[in-house]
Amino acid sequence: MDLFKWFNRSTSSKDIAKERLKLVLIHDRANVSPQFLEMIKGELIKVISDYMEIDETGLEIKLTRTKREIDDSTVPALVANIPIKRMKGNVNI
Amino acid sequence: MGEVIVVTSGKGGVGKTTTTANIGTGLALKGKSVVLVDADIGLRNLDVVMGLENRIVYDLVDVVEGVCRQRQALIKDKRFPNLYLLPAAQTKDKNAVNPEQMQKLTGDLAEEFDYVILDCPAGIEQGFKNAIAGANKAIVVTTPEVSAVRDADRIIGLLEASGLRNPMLIINRIKMDMVKRGDMMNIDDMIDILAIDLLGVVPDDDLIVVSTNRGEPVIAIEQSLAGQAYRNIVRRVLGEDIPFMNLESEDGFFKRVAKLFGLNKKKQ
Repeated sequence: MDLFKWFNRSTSSKDIAKERLKLVLIHDRANVSPQFLEMIKGELIKVISDYMEIDETGLEIKLTRTKREIDDSTVPALVANIPIKRMKGNVNI
Repeated sequence: MGEVIVVTSGKGGVGKTTTTANIGTGLALKGKSVVLVDADIGLRNLDVVMGLENRIVYDLVDVVEGVCRQRQALIKDKRFPNLYLLPAAQTKDKNAVNPEQMQKLTGDLAEEFDYVILDCPAGIEQGFKNAIAGANKAIVVTTPEVSAVRDADRIIGLLEASGLRNPMLIINRIKMDMVKRGDMMNIDDMIDILAIDLLGVVPDDDLIVVSTNRGEPVIAIEQSLAGQAYRNIVRRVLGEDIPFMNLESEDGFFKRVAKLFGLNKKKQ
């Protein structure tokens, strides 16, 4: 059964189309330029660096979608993946 | 005062002109007075699709520039009651008119006709801005392809930003055999993505090519499935509540395999 389902999903090109469209439309609708994302990235590094030492080259930031908890509707989300090298002194977490 | 409807899409080649021609002809067949306006200056096509290309004397730019009176530029389609075409200029470019002039033109036409239907050029530049300037309703045409849907989404955003709220969607050239195989986005997929109201779904139909070859709108062909879809769209434009044609019997691959082996009978 599961194998069939998996097979079904992987062969349906329209689902691929739909997923790709949804992602590309998040960017189109938000009107977010790569420069804008870079700007946010810079600001984030500035703020977080006060509290922890982070791996700036490994920092990843992107727009994606997520399900909102209250009504399950899909909303755009800004996801940042920030690798921490070590915590800075005298910070209580 | 008549209604001014712009037919637009963003992407080229999705069927704006064919849609304009068929909706206009359909409204005329329903007894409304209609003028079709080709707003694609420099790349006019509505005239050939309607089969009226040999009767052009004056064009839209001539009217705007005051070279002729509005009436003189309108071509009467003798096959249908109360159907007229205002052709685009072929030798000028989009900058030959501006949005204010288009607003005045469509306003003047709306005083004379029940429906003014504008065939918008592809793109989002000057020609698009001209075409939507005087419109009070918008129809967005798309096909079930990623490129067309993406552009439709952009157009919907631009329409709403210019005050044309609640544009209606026509999904053109859908191939039900491909939808059934899961190789083409279905109606729900596209409504889900674009989040606007559906005006109609037009199946891919060879008769469209045949009728365009002849310069006769497919809506007049009784046995055509696309013609039927356009007849339904026209009645919805007129405010009737017409159910959507049953093109869809959405079975996924799994369900069909299951059916093949008689697996899903257990569930029933």
